[in-house]
Amino acid sequence: MSGSSFLTTRFDSALGWARKFSLFHYPFITACCGMEYMSTACAHFDIDRFGAGLTRFSPRQADLLFVVGTVSHKLAPALKTVYDQMLEPRWVIAFGVCAVSGGIYQNYATVQGIDRIIPVDVYIPGCPPRPEMVLDGLLKLQEKIQDQPQDWRWRKRT
Amino acid sequence: MGTDLEKNARPDTMLINMGPSHPAMHGTFRIMLELEGEKILNAEVEIGYLHRGFEKTCENKTYFNLLPYTDRLNYVSPQINNLGYAMTVEKMLGLQVPERAQQIRVLMSELSRVSDHLTCLAAMAMENGAFTVFLYMMKAREFLWDVIEFTTGSRMTTSYIRIGGVRADLHEGWRESVKTAVRETRSVLKDVHGLLDRNQIFLNRTRGIGAMSKEDALSYGWTGPCLRSTGVRYDVRKAHPYLLYDRLEFDVPLGECGDNYDRYSVRMREMEQSLRIIEQVAGLIRDSEPQVTAEGMEPTEAVRMGRLQNPRQRIRLSPNLEGSEKEVYPRILADEPSVVVPPKEDTYTTMEGLISHFLFFMKGSGIRPPKGDVYFSVEGGNGEVGFYIVSDGTDRPYRLHLRAPCFHILAALETLIRGRFVADVVPTFGSMNMIGGELDR
Amino acid sequence: MEKEDLIEEIRTRFPAVESYAETLGDQTLVVRREGFRLLMSGLRGAPFDYAVLLDLTCVDFLASENRFEIVCHLFSLSRNRRLRVKVSLPGDNPVVDSLTGLWKNADWLEREAFDMFGVGFMGHPDLKRILMYEGFEGHPLCKSYPWRKEQPLVPIKD
Repeated sequence: MSGSSFLTTRFDSALGWARKFSLFHYPFITACCGMEYMSTACAHFDIDRFGAGLTRFSPRQADLLFVVGTVSHKLAPALKTVYDQMLEPRWVIAFGVCAVSGGIYQNYATVQGIDRIIPVDVYIPGCPPRPEMVLDGLLKLQEKIQDQPQDWRWRKRT
Repeated sequence: MGTDLEKNARPDTMLINMGPSHPAMHGTFRIMLELEGEKILNAEVEIGYLHRGFEKTCENKTYFNLLPYTDRLNYVSPQINNLGYAMTVEKMLGLQVPERAQQIRVLMSELSRVSDHLTCLAAMAMENGAFTVFLYMMKAREFLWDVIEFTTGSRMTTSYIRIGGVRADLHEGWRESVKTAVRETRSVLKDVHGLLDRNQIFLNRTRGIGAMSKEDALSYGWTGPCLRSTGVRYDVRKAHPYLLYDRLEFDVPLGECGDNYDRYSVRMREMEQSLRIIEQVAGLIRDSEPQVTAEGMEPTEAVRMGRLQNPRQRIRLSPNLEGSEKEVYPRILADEPSVVVPPKEDTYTTMEGLISHFLFFMKGSGIRPPKGDVYFSVEGGNGEVGFYIVSDGTDRPYRLHLRAPCFHILAALETLIRGRFVADVVPTFGSMNMIGGELDR
Repeated sequence: MEKEDLIEEIRTRFPAVESYAETLGDQTLVVRREGFRLLMSGLRGAPFDYAVLLDLTCVDFLASENRFEIVCHLFSLSRNRRLRVKVSLPGDNPVVDSLTGLWKNADWLEREAFDMFGVGFMGHPDLKRILMYEGFEGHPLCKSYPWRKEQPLVPIKD
């Protein structure tokens, strides 16, 4: 990052630390993976201990989009609308192999992976993935958030 | 995509869209509401957001290959879908399944049914604000899923119930895990009864709301707990008994007026009955000798020796195949070489086993039911799950249709919420237990 | 009434019934298109009392002249008996009478048959697509529709 100095890098990593441990997620739940999402969010496997437990049911208030389950072509415009409504910085996790690549459904009705519609940060395969895998994916996202350049200055967009 | 309400929008009313992505944990569908203040004048339900082409896919897969697709239909009680499909094909083939496999199937079905009702009520309670109930019921569900996982290898979508029987025998120590699961579920149900049964807020939101009469329910083709909440005694397990249900004792709880509270109450009592069935079946299943899979020769060694002659020694199979060793086979799968996968030991060492394995999986052969059509149904978590299969004698179904119970239940949603308030949509929809995979197929 | 007497009675009252068969315990009636609605409304009332329309679906026999076949499953609660009714439709004009006045779920079931197969139902109040989206061309479950042909709504990015 241009103009970075000791202070800005320390600030960046502090900001990254703050961002990664306070993720508000929007669960875009469609299908079977929703059951494993419920298991991950609940007491046994507890996503809240990683700071990502608070669900915001409005995309305008969320910074992490969990796309859980199969996205069909009929649902794709809704997914795009939800993604567009989120504010920067935002991340997307593709939860389940149907969101990653269409899964076992390769036919006229299914989008073959949500990265054909929106950019994805972490892919969690599995049909459905075990809650431990989901937590592993979340930890990888947290590493990514910590390491990425933090865009915190308002830039005049021309 | 415009709904009719949007196209004919009036200037004096408000249109609110409860869109395909919504906080309700059931499934993805859309309700367009025309409101005057808080009162709903008109409602339009739009489904199909999880249409994944199940029926078209099944026409292109063999009977064995399409088993995982059936898991993902009603994904909160996946084994019941597996069971419905397997029994439909077995009806076409005229196949008899061993007794132990039937007992295990009943056990798995009832575990799935309890897990279905737990999920439905947990989500319904959470949407009405009772978050604690959601956490408690998910805790109970984990114990049930533990039992399923130790036997089948997967927590949810198992593909365990196969055509001809089940994939593997119950795991060692299954009695303990079943006992723990039943005990924990009972304690959670007791807690939830205390939290919700006479809770004034819950009663205000569910009593008298979403009431359905018997005649209307039958005209809509409602089945399952929603129909029984209106007072009609119809349960596929009692009306057309399959597996061992005619030999087991259980009651069929009924409701009175078919409102949301009755649907909740019927599901709670059905869970208790299912736990009763689980205990009875656990008493029927005999203990078997534990299979020691850690000893024996390596499969590659066995194949190499098998080229000359059958080594006739124990083979150490992969841990994934635990429970489906050759000694266990007669207990869990029917003795029909063309319909079930031959045991791995035979495949590795004998010519006949290898040929049966090859013929089972080869394109064009395998399970080929005779020409004709058949309909068979089982009691799912939502009602009568029916499979209609048309076979043309080849290894792929010509047409496979699922009779989805929540399709018919949801057809009544528009009439149930018309004239009520916006806040009434949530408990009504929650008590109907709409599962997207089943609704849209 | 005994099973056989019942079928005899049905065949006498409704001459449009072409044949009856019983396979694997399932009773099936095949009826001509013209007498379909009359038969169904007769079956619904006394004495046959098939109060529940369990299912209405369609099968596409591409190779034969009567290409589509509507299959209905009826259930009588009082006599605990199921019945299957089939009616064949020609491929060039697959239209049949609607059952919407008789059973309330016929509305959605017929919309699904129309959506998936293109079969028309005369007298249906609002025959539009239910599972697929507006703008989808073709009827996916017809044998002539290719299995993997997608018609995306949101532009697919690579």
